[in-house]
Amino acid sequence: MPDLLIELFSEEIPARMQTRAADDLRKLVTDGLVEAGLTYAGAAAFSTPRRLTLSLDGLSAESAVFKEEKKGPPVDANPKAVQGFLRGLGLEGTDSWYASQIDALKNGEVLNFDSSFVTTQELKGKRVLFATLEYPPRPAADIIAEVLENAIRNFPWPKSMRWGSGTLKWVRPLHTILCILIDEAGAEVVPLDIDGITSGNTTRGHRFLAPDVFSVTSFDDYEVKLKRAKVVLRADERAEAIWSDATTQAFALGLEVVEDRGLLAEVAGLVEWPVVLLGRIGDDFLGLPPEVLQTSMKEHQKFFSVRNPKTNRIERFVTVANMETADQGATILAGNQKVLAARLADAKFFWENDLRVAKAGMDPWLDSLANVTFHNKLGSQKDRIERIAALAREIAPSVGADPDLAEQAARVAKADLSSEMVYEFPELQGLMGRYYATEAGLPAEVAAACEEHYSPLGPSDDVPTAPVSVAVALADKIDTLTGFWAIDEKPTGSKDPFALRRAVLGIIRLITGGDHRLQSFHSHLMALIADHLGYSDQEVEQLKELMTQLENVSDIASELSSNRLTPEKAKYLTDQLRSEVGRKKGEAQVLGEQIATKLQTADQMASDLLSFFHDRLKVFLKDKGIRHDIIDACIAMPGNDDLTLLVKRAEALAATLATDDGENLLQGFKRANNILTQAEEKDGVEYSYGADLKFAEDPSEKALFEALDAADAKIAPAMANEDFSTAMTAMAALRGPIDAFFNTVQVNDERQVVRRNRLNLLSRIRKICLSVADLNKIEG
Amino acid sequence: MIDKPRSFQEIILRLQTYWAAQGCAILQPYDMEVGAGTFHPATTLRALGDKPWAAAYVQPSRRPTDGRYGENPNRLQHYYQYQVLIKPSPPAMQDLYLGSLKAIGIDATMHDIRFVEDDWESPTLGAWGLGWEVWCDGMEVSQFTYFQQVGGHDCKPVAGELTYGLERLAMYVLGVDHVMDMPFNDPDAPIALKYGDVFQQTEQEYSRWNFDIADTDVLLQHFVDAEAECQRILDAPAVDPKTGRKIIMAHPAYDQCIKASHVFNLLDARGVISVTERQAYIGRVRNLAKACADAFVQTPAGGAAA
Repeated sequence: MPDLLIELFSEEIPARMQTRAADDLRKLVTDGLVEAGLTYAGAAAFSTPRRLTLSLDGLSAESAVFKEEKKGPPVDANPKAVQGFLRGLGLEGTDSWYASQIDALKNGEVLNFDSSFVTTQELKGKRVLFATLEYPPRPAADIIAEVLENAIRNFPWPKSMRWGSGTLKWVRPLHTILCILIDEAGAEVVPLDIDGITSGNTTRGHRFLAPDVFSVTSFDDYEVKLKRAKVVLRADERAEAIWSDATTQAFALGLEVVEDRGLLAEVAGLVEWPVVLLGRIGDDFLGLPPEVLQTSMKEHQKFFSVRNPKTNRIERFVTVANMETADQGATILAGNQKVLAARLADAKFFWENDLRVAKAGMDPWLDSLANVTFHNKLGSQKDRIERIAALAREIAPSVGADPDLAEQAARVAKADLSSEMVYEFPELQGLMGRYYATEAGLPAEVAAACEEHYSPLGPSDDVPTAPVSVAVALADKIDTLTGFWAIDEKPTGSKDPFALRRAVLGIIRLITGGDHRLQSFHSHLMALIADHLGYSDQEVEQLKELMTQLENVSDIASELSSNRLTPEKAKYLTDQLRSEVGRKKGEAQVLGEQIATKLQTADQMASDLLSFFHDRLKVFLKDKGIRHDIIDACIAMPGNDDLTLLVKRAEALAATLATDDGENLLQGFKRANNILTQAEEKDGVEYSYGADLKFAEDPSEKALFEALDAADAKIAPAMANEDFSTAMTAMAALRGPIDAFFNTVQVNDERQVVRRNRLNLLSRIRKICLSVADLNKIEG
Repeated sequence: MIDKPRSFQEIILRLQTYWAAQGCAILQPYDMEVGAGTFHPATTLRALGDKPWAAAYVQPSRRPTDGRYGENPNRLQHYYQYQVLIKPSPPAMQDLYLGSLKAIGIDATMHDIRFVEDDWESPTLGAWGLGWEVWCDGMEVSQFTYFQQVGGHDCKPVAGELTYGLERLAMYVLGVDHVMDMPFNDPDAPIALKYGDVFQQTEQEYSRWNFDIADTDVLLQHFVDAEAECQRILDAPAVDPKTGRKIIMAHPAYDQCIKASHVFNLLDARGVISVTERQAYIGRVRNLAKACADAFVQTPAGGAAA
């Protein structure tokens, strides 16, 4: 069984694309070979900055015989059609040759060619042509050449380019193709010519350390010779060497390297021959916040940070060169230190300028946020801060935060966006805010909120628990959501440019994680959306002014401006406004109609936003193992805008349904509900008059009465206390009596009195169960 | 041991000599204010069409917002770029480039030279390409780009472009920490001049003018005028009634595009362009660049049949 070695040697491939590209090469080639009838035992792909390599072992020397059947037209169809079918099989001849072949086929003869043949077969009363094609085995080399060319021409690079005068596309110019097939007899080049790049059995080593061309005879030979030519083929081996060397060097000085997997992978993709150099950070810069040092070194220079565990300061750096030099890297390290010093001088300059502004109270930053557009339909960052501050103040009591502190925190939480440091390193937003708020002498809770109010960002990100941080984090996200909902910039499909899904998940985690209860969340969303839509007190005042003479309407207007909106109130006011204003003329009518429309729109948008919350909540709870139908059963209940309550209800229901009693109760409920629904449809009445014990005959029937009374007595107070677990346990306890009832009693008794009473009894089951959750929504 | 250059100008002279030896036409700087060497028509326009091209030149470049009154060690509102454009890009373009580093005294066996992904895009020129920034011991010393599109036209064949930031590169080679301290001519010359002797004062003067004095109303008018003139030039009939020849005026039109682009940079430095307006201005310059590119490919130099 031969082995195959392929290397595509090019100019430097971006580090971030290498791993994926090696994988794509493996997949494209192996899929292509298998499809063409070859098999292989193993495949491994590798990448360095300048090469993609694929090694296959145990490849079959030729493809398996491949058979295929093709159905053609009826033999007596238009001769042109028959001729076309034969030509499609590769049979070429003159018209008279075709005619003679068709006659032969009509006579039932078999037309043989190569290892294939054409016959006629009866099919639905017609004699139809059938070709049985047999393809002879093809040598592996032919197939490889075809498959590799196809892979190169259709390679899925995230971005590719042309070069010189060619039309071939590759990530950067492709220079050579090594493609050899190795068996006992030795290595053979698989011939290939792609736009003038011909295949061979040679490659090159390190660009500077071993640039000469050398030939290889097998994968092992290739890997060994590459290493001799200062190229480590395997990315994980390079990464490991970097990490082990870096940590050893740091350890020798009593220091530790700050772990950064992403950076390690990237750096391993920037070098073929890693040489780890440990450098110093100038004393001038050691006073910078460690995150600033770390970010500056990583972003600009791809350096690892080295920390002194005693002081917790970043004191050194590790850079990884791609070069061995006569001076053991002294020149390289000196150069890197110099570049770093220039970078850090910038960072220090920013830091010191920022500190001056921070210590003076950050006012210039806050003022300049007025000139920073948040979104052209949602005003400036300053407008947004005003809204968040008001909202944070309002939310504060619900999350146990001091309203003054929450408002203060919201006012400064975005100040760092104007700082020079955050302008330079946007990823330090929030963190710098914390440093600057601390320097400004603000309370620790406020400083913490500056950093934490962006959280949680991802599903695995920590959720802040400090009340002031929670209040600002919620206000920030709620403002974002209501704003984008109001301007109709909702996420669609995979598009979510403003990360609104993430904001919703953040709110869910903040609220439910802290057991917080936001009162009248739906109304609140609506009022905020109305604000975004431009529903303003001034507008209402203006309406009032216009309508002072009109008694009814002025009442409505004062009602409008007096209290917080609720959907119910909005609907009432909308109707009132329209009926009153409709009869008036002029400005008042227009304005009244405008306000009514805004209120109605805000209400619809708030409902839509709330159901977006519910969708995200389903995803969130699904990850916690709670099925979507269980959540649906809870969302169908009143008070579904209280997310904490909703989650508790869903958790309790999931726990109940997981028990034997719960599962059986569900069946009992469904049975009761089915019988009842059918009867109600048939009779055209609703059986909810209350069943009477005196018509109960069977002991199981009487027992069910008692059990329902007992359940009622437990469930109603438990529900009032939001103690879902007790309520649902009491509900599940009905399972026995319900089962016993159905086992012994026929509901549809011939006597109407007994039947009606039993239906009314079923109605009690339904009522009790539905008071806990909408069990109709539960599947199964 | 490689023989090291001793002054800023020696580095420039060595680059000129090196690229001349590689067969490039050594052009002179374009006589207009531009933000980068790429704006020189020898790059922007000559990257278009199928005519082979090889040119190298120094281009004084102006970035008004980078002005620091001559105080920052390496930020300047006026600086020099060295630009090379070869079309079609030769297969050994990387090796040619490394040869140029050797020519200015960077010994590849002693340094760590790396090609780090950096895709280039110019929204004002409607252009993009793929390539790298080249690092020497962690410092970016050049940009290396294979042009894919300019002015909305595919580059066929592809031109390879090199841009060296001369001050930064020279400071590195000469071991200077502040640009103003860098020897401009031979440090042993009877009248030895440092970079600061030549440019310290102008950096101050231009920083003040760029940031505070430039008349924004006048500049806004210049922008509008350049835009209109560019369009007017391109709208003129292809055949010149006086000579009876087909003369499409791609270059004069492109001069107006360059002008508009620079005026935009000045307005930006004056802080009178808001975030939303910014995009609109960039779009307007891009439209001019595209129109000029459209015109250039209709000319003989742009590959049109004569």
